[in-house]
Amino acid sequence: MKHHEILIAGFGGQGILFLGRVLAVAGMLEGHEVSWYPSYGPEMRGGTANCTVIISDEEIGATISDRPGVCIVMNEPSFFRFAPTVQPGGLLLVNTSLVRAKCEREDLEVLSVPANDLAKLYLDGAEVTNTIILGALLAWRPIVQRESAERALAECLRGKREKLYTLNLKALEVGWEFVEKGA
Amino acid sequence: MEKILMRGNEAVAEAAVRAGCRLYFGYPITPQNEISEYLSLRLPQVGGVFLQAESEVAAIHMVYGAAATGARVMTSSSGPGVSLMQEGLSCLAAAELPCVVVNMSRGGPGVGNIQPAQSDYFQAVKGGGHGDYRLIVLAPSTVQELVDLTYRAFYLADKYRNPVEILGDGMLGQMMEPVTFREPEFPPLPPKDWAIRGKGGGHRKWIVCLDLDPKGLEELNLKLQRKYRLLEEQEANYDTFGDPEPEILLVGFGTVGRILKSVVREGMREGLKLALFRPITLFPFPRAALFEKAKGVKGILVVEMNLGQMLEDVELAVRGKVPVFFLGHTGGVIPTVSEILEHVHGLLREEIRV
Repeated sequence: MKHHEILIAGFGGQGILFLGRVLAVAGMLEGHEVSWYPSYGPEMRGGTANCTVIISDEEIGATISDRPGVCIVMNEPSFFRFAPTVQPGGLLLVNTSLVRAKCEREDLEVLSVPANDLAKLYLDGAEVTNTIILGALLAWRPIVQRESAERALAECLRGKREKLYTLNLKALEVGWEFVEKGA
Repeated sequence: MEKILMRGNEAVAEAAVRAGCRLYFGYPITPQNEISEYLSLRLPQVGGVFLQAESEVAAIHMVYGAAATGARVMTSSSGPGVSLMQEGLSCLAAAELPCVVVNMSRGGPGVGNIQPAQSDYFQAVKGGGHGDYRLIVLAPSTVQELVDLTYRAFYLADKYRNPVEILGDGMLGQMMEPVTFREPEFPPLPPKDWAIRGKGGGHRKWIVCLDLDPKGLEELNLKLQRKYRLLEEQEANYDTFGDPEPEILLVGFGTVGRILKSVVREGMREGLKLALFRPITLFPFPRAALFEKAKGVKGILVVEMNLGQMLEDVELAVRGKVPVFFLGHTGGVIPTVSEILEHVHGLLREEIRV
């Protein structure tokens, strides 16, 4: 049975909530039950942001998780706050461009993706590290199919400039290839 | 039917428009501002009016005026803002005017904070303002149910000529879930021949919320009470889930209701005999159904995001026949599945000993 509890955390402005929404829409397009719950305290750009996405074949009860199976940390404060909460055996995806600290837990699968460096290298430093991370995540663990994520990106960017969609598709590709070619 | 991933606050607003609401008066407060934001765009598209009032007190009295014309009208707020509306709600109840009020409640008392809480239960269910009156109170636990109950709220308001409160919380307002807008079919409603729409060739009408004659005012109160009894007979609604013969019955509404569903599922996987009773109408409270459901259980655990408000209605419903235990968090703290399950294990070890 499919059941994923995914926590995504980082700075406000890194597209944390957007990344979560794309995942949730992709899950919905595949016919799964999904929920998306943001932290909505007095957050602001540059502050911290996080959201929890649940994708499941079962009706979703709790929409937050105190022991997520997948945790994405996009900056160092989030790493220190959330890495200890990941379920034993769970996946911790770290944006190593911004997280210098090393994970000392040995009961986790750790995927390191230098998302900001990849953006500089391949995308002229465009601010799409969230979608690079998404590409890497899906290449590593197919929570949803890549095609569903692409459709979800189109859905979530509807009404925005076409260029933005193309850029996000490229970012997804960059993250995907980074993992495929051996992270 | 197409599913859309939608935020609770936006979903309730869209459902209201589809239910025929064309008038909205409100004043901003977190965590429900997306309702106003959405309606400020959407209502003008359908020939309606969105108006940001100068305060919640003004907003609720604008609702009174609009409702008196027979129009479908809504306001929304959260905790402190709904407190400011209590005088107006008392007037609406006294004048028997239909309207819908959404409370995406937050941590209290006082200004409190903006995180989800259920501590406005007493205010919503027991009257809230002055005088002997009740609101119809609906407690959705998913975004889809929020949509479905919004349609129902407008129907019930018109059917019973009574204000209806949708009691959600910050979590329900802020979270996104897939929804479809299935427009339900309700039985036909009586014509609003009481509405004030210009005298024309007809007779004079007025809608007031005062009666200086004690006998007249008592008569109004007795009439309201008959309506509330009728509501208890006809409209009490709830959801159950889990073991058909549970040892422990978990009771919770709204957000906690859905968390308890996860608890029941996980507990049953561990071999525990658990079931959930989730009131959907908080007034009328599904007393008779809970009394029936409680027969044969070893204990009831009430869980709320307050320090024991619905608990009192549960205790009244089971009339001392079953021990009732309580687990609560407040101030915006959300109970977790593992914590509740641990509490259940504790009860089985120390208190109930099945």
